[in-house]
This record gives sequence, C-alpha cells and structure tokens, in this order.
Amino acid sequence: MRMRLPAGALRRCLLPLVALLLAAAFGIGSAARAQTQQLLNVSYDPTRELYKDINALFVADWKEKTGKTIVIRQSHGGSGSQARSVIDGLGADVVTLALAADIDAIARRTGKIPADWQKRLPDNSAPYTSTIVFLVHKGNPKGIKDWGDLVKDGVAVVMPNPKTSGGARWNYLAAWAWAKRAYGGDEAKLRAYITRLYQHVPVLDTGARGSTTSFAQRGIGDVLVSWENEAFLVKREFGADKFDIVVPSLSILAEPPVAVVEGNAGPKGTLEAARAYLNFLYTPKAQAVIARNFYRPRHPEAAAPEDIARFAKLDLVTIDGEFGGWDKAQAEHFADGGTFDQLYKPQR
Amino acid sequence: MRDLRLSLRASSGRSDPARLLFFALCFGFLALFLLLPLLVTFVEAFSRGVGVYLDSLADPDARSAIRLTLLVAAIAVPLNVVIGIAAAWLVARFEFRGRQLLVSLIDLPFSVSPVIAGLVYILLFGAQGYFGPWLKAHDIEIVFALPGIVLATLFVTFPFVARELIPHMQALGGSEEEAALMLGASGWRTFLHVSLPNVKWSLLYGVLLCNARAMGEFGAVSVVSGRIRGVTATLPLQVEILYNEYNTAAAFAVASLLAMLALLTLVLKSILEWRFADSIAAARGH
Repeated sequence: MRMRLPAGALRRCLLPLVALLLAAAFGIGSAARAQTQQLLNVSYDPTRELYKDINALFVADWKEKTGKTIVIRQSHGGSGSQARSVIDGLGADVVTLALAADIDAIARRTGKIPADWQKRLPDNSAPYTSTIVFLVHKGNPKGIKDWGDLVKDGVAVVMPNPKTSGGARWNYLAAWAWAKRAYGGDEAKLRAYITRLYQHVPVLDTGARGSTTSFAQRGIGDVLVSWENEAFLVKREFGADKFDIVVPSLSILAEPPVAVVEGNAGPKGTLEAARAYLNFLYTPKAQAVIARNFYRPRHPEAAAPEDIARFAKLDLVTIDGEFGGWDKAQAEHFADGGTFDQLYKPQR
Repeated sequence: MRDLRLSLRASSGRSDPARLLFFALCFGFLALFLLLPLLVTFVEAFSRGVGVYLDSLADPDARSAIRLTLLVAAIAVPLNVVIGIAAAWLVARFEFRGRQLLVSLIDLPFSVSPVIAGLVYILLFGAQGYFGPWLKAHDIEIVFALPGIVLATLFVTFPFVARELIPHMQALGGSEEEAALMLGASGWRTFLHVSLPNVKWSLLYGVLLCNARAMGEFGAVSVVSGRIRGVTATLPLQVEILYNEYNTAAAFAVASLLAMLALLTLVLKSILEWRFADSIAAARGH
C-alpha cells in the first residue's frame, strides 16, 4: 500500500522545514544580547563560595567607582575541563583556574590570552594560594598522619582525576614530592608508591567538588586528599564534629592563577571591567574575604587574624623549585603517556 | 507442553504462592527503585520548610533555569513534531531509495550516548571545530549558548514523535489517503485532512514523551551548556550545581519540579491510554 514518491513533493515539504529549523536555531542565539555589562568568570570547582562573596563586593565597588551596574556570571567545573570549554569557545572574560598549565593551554591553543599572562599581575598572577591536606573522619580512626599512611591496607583514599581536575594534579605532585624524599630519590620505589596510592582510590571524580561530595556527603572512603580551602569548607558545611584535618609533613604550594581572556573581553568591550575585576582580588577588602573563605591571602595583614591563625605552618615545595615549572610538570606527568598514564593501574 | 500449559492455567488461582511472589517482587522493586526516590525528592525538598522551598524556586538562577528549560522545550518539541511527522509520513507512505536508512537514522539517537551527541556538536560548532571559524566570523554563537542546547535537545528527543507515528500509520494503511487523492484532493490537503487526524492521538502521545525528555535531558546539554549559572543552566544542570554547592534543600526543590513534570506526564499518558486505548493499541501494532 505504498505510493511512489512524487519527485517534487519531497523538495516542497522538506525545504521549508529545514529553513524553519535553521532560522529557529540561529535567530534566537544572536538575539540574546544583554544591555548591562556582564563578565563571565570561568573558574574551577571549589571557588564557588569564594567568588559568590567576591562578586558581591566587586559589583558594589564598581558601582561606586563608575556608577555603572555590572553582572558577574559564574561557571564552575574541573579546572582542566573548564579550560577545554574556553578553548572550545566558552566566552569567558576572565579565567580563574586551579593551575597555570590550564591557562597556558588556553593561551597556546586560542591566542586569546597573551603568552606572558603570568607576569601581568602581581605574585605570578595568583592572588591567593592554598595547599593540599588530608580530611579524615572525626578522631582519625585509621590513624592517618602522612602520605605513607595512605597506602596502608584497608585505607580508601578519595581524590579526583588528574586528567580533568587541577586540584588532583596538585595532589599528585605533592605525593610525588613527599615520596621522592621518603624513598631517598629511589625512582623505582617512588613510582611503586604512586601506583599503590592510586590503587587505594575507589572513585576518581572529574573535579575536586565531586570528590568532596563523594567523601563528605556520600560517605565514601577514609581520607580525602584535598585543597586546604575545601577541607575547611567541609568542616564548616557539615559540622566541625564530623571531620578532622590532618596536615602532612610535606605538601605543595598551590598557586591558582587568574587571567583576562583578552580575545573574548576585547571584542565584547569588557576589557576594562575584566582587568578591574582581577586587580580587585589584590585589594585589602578582597584579601580579607579570601582568607575568610579559607584561601591563603597574599597579604595576610589585610585579613582578620583569626582567619590567618587557622592555617598550619608546614613545609611546602613549589612547582618551579621542585618540578621546573608547569610546562615541564604537565608534559612529564599529565600529558598522554606521562607518569600518571604509566603508573595508574586501577585494581579490579 | 500441554501439561505445562494446563498446570499454569490451574495455578492462576488467587492465593497461589508463585503469583504472590511475582506480585511482591514486582511491586517491591518498583517501590524501592521508583517510588522511594520520588518520595525522597519531596521529603528533602521540604526538609527545611515550605519557606525555604519557595525561596529556592524564586531564586533568580532557579527562575532563569525554569525559563530556559521551558524555552528549549518550546523550540525543540514543535520542531521535532514537524520533522517527526514528515519522517513518519515518508517512511510509512512512500517507497523510495534510502527509506531503510531513514528508519535507522531515526533510531540513531536511542543508541548513541547523549554525551557523545554533545561532544559532536562541540566538534562541529566549537571554536576549534569544523565550522568554528566561519561561525566566529559571522558572530554566531552555537555551543555554550541557547542554539547549542536546543540542538543537543533536538538530537536526543528526535525519535520520540516519529517512533510513535510510524507503526500507527503503517497499521492504518494508505487506503483512505488513496481515496482522497482519487477524489481530487491535493497531496497537501490529503495530509492535513486525512493522514494527520487519523494519527492525532499517537502524535499527542509522542509529543508528551518528547517533552518530558526535552525538559529532563542532562548529558548532552551538560556538554554544550558551559554551565553558566543563570544563563545556560537548564533545570537538570541547576540541580547539579546546587547539589555541588552543598545546597541540598534547594537542589531537591528544583528536582521536585522535574519530578512533578514526570508525574504530570504519567497522568496525561494514563488518561490518553485510558481514553484512546484502541487507537494507541493500533499505534503499537497490536
């Protein structure tokens, strides 16, 4: 019971359909342009609370200084995947990511950020620092004191995937730096330690926040290897009586950098506001908020003393001193075929 | 064989233990894996009181997510209806080269992971993608903006309308349409006055399912959305964002909207099935 298709019919009915589809898909996108200035801050996972506070301050400050209203939009996710999105065209005015390598990647692959971006703002373009610590259940039932305890039998370690998460890469390098000293530079033992460490990880989430919710909300694992700021935040959100922070003997100075994406902000006409926004991070007002949100401020004198007193003093290696900078560390450890790919052998 | 059938028939008495077991198993499973999560959604949503619940939904970001979700569905569903009808009509009524290919293509979104669908759009329309430079030169945004979200939604919801219509149209056969054509009606008129009214209930059914999926899609949309709060976050993405911000009550409040959408879909679907059981049964090819 089928008729033969009349030659013209197909064309007559399909062409208008295709036209309609295209019109609908494209027309609306270009119509959605805002009147008030908007900045898009593409950031990594644990900064959600920090930038909520900073943005409110900056909006008020900007209004006071220029009389103009500005809206700051946020996007959060694993640092690596956020960088990937900006490379693929996400229209960030500023990026505030977990590590320099991710901003380098955007600069290299899109040219939207000048190659010397890290010299354009003070302190390596990192207005705050942090480090990597352990978060354990109250009373530390598994007796975790240092990196070596993470590979003891029956200890489940929660940390994110270094391929997608910036925090995870700091985790990895901190563990590496500790093991290098602990095994007296014995390369084979160091590598065996890293392999064993990742065999103790039941889930590799894509971002730091995913790991935190796995550990704190879903109750997976005995220890969360985490940003210091994230560990403090968990204690605040879930109650100080549930978790303890354990500071290892050695960790890494994590410098989460910021940069203006000039190739986006320029054409949009938001360059001036984007620069002001990042400069604002170094002001005493912002530095105080940074410390209150558990990040280590560059100017501790601007912060409340009790916020500063929280931070434990510990030995910190630096990415430049220990690993020869992010370019080298990224290529050696996290690129395809790097040490992480060589050493990551999940069990089961 | 006959013995087996006899014993099966004999065992269909009321208090038969095997039957009770199946009954308990089936409903236990449904209660545990469908009803309980639904219940938990509402319990968690109201865990901090009705005030917090309403505030969560009145939040500008939540309202923007609701608006965006409605807008995406309002574009994607009608487009899918039009294309779905066209595709179903072609497949059911015409013999042409590539017909089998069209049928396979219609089913493609069912077999492709939504995440892959999203990534493909990034590969095509992203800044580094095939059409990226051209789109940039013409100042057209697709990924990380509304058009990308609509495209991703279109992709995952495409089969729903066509899949409902094809078996129904095939079961009805083309004799009424042939009659209309022979009486001198144009092809277009035949379609509007004969073909379409015949399948209106299965069309409605397809629209319902298509809409539910359009509003609830996470995977494909999350890849192309860029997760900008208050701009490109649809309801399902907003749930994830809120959950990741330890804002559980608000996350479940937004999730409860999706749950209510699901319930509404279910009720409408039941009404359709009850009221128009015959024509839907025909659509299913029974």
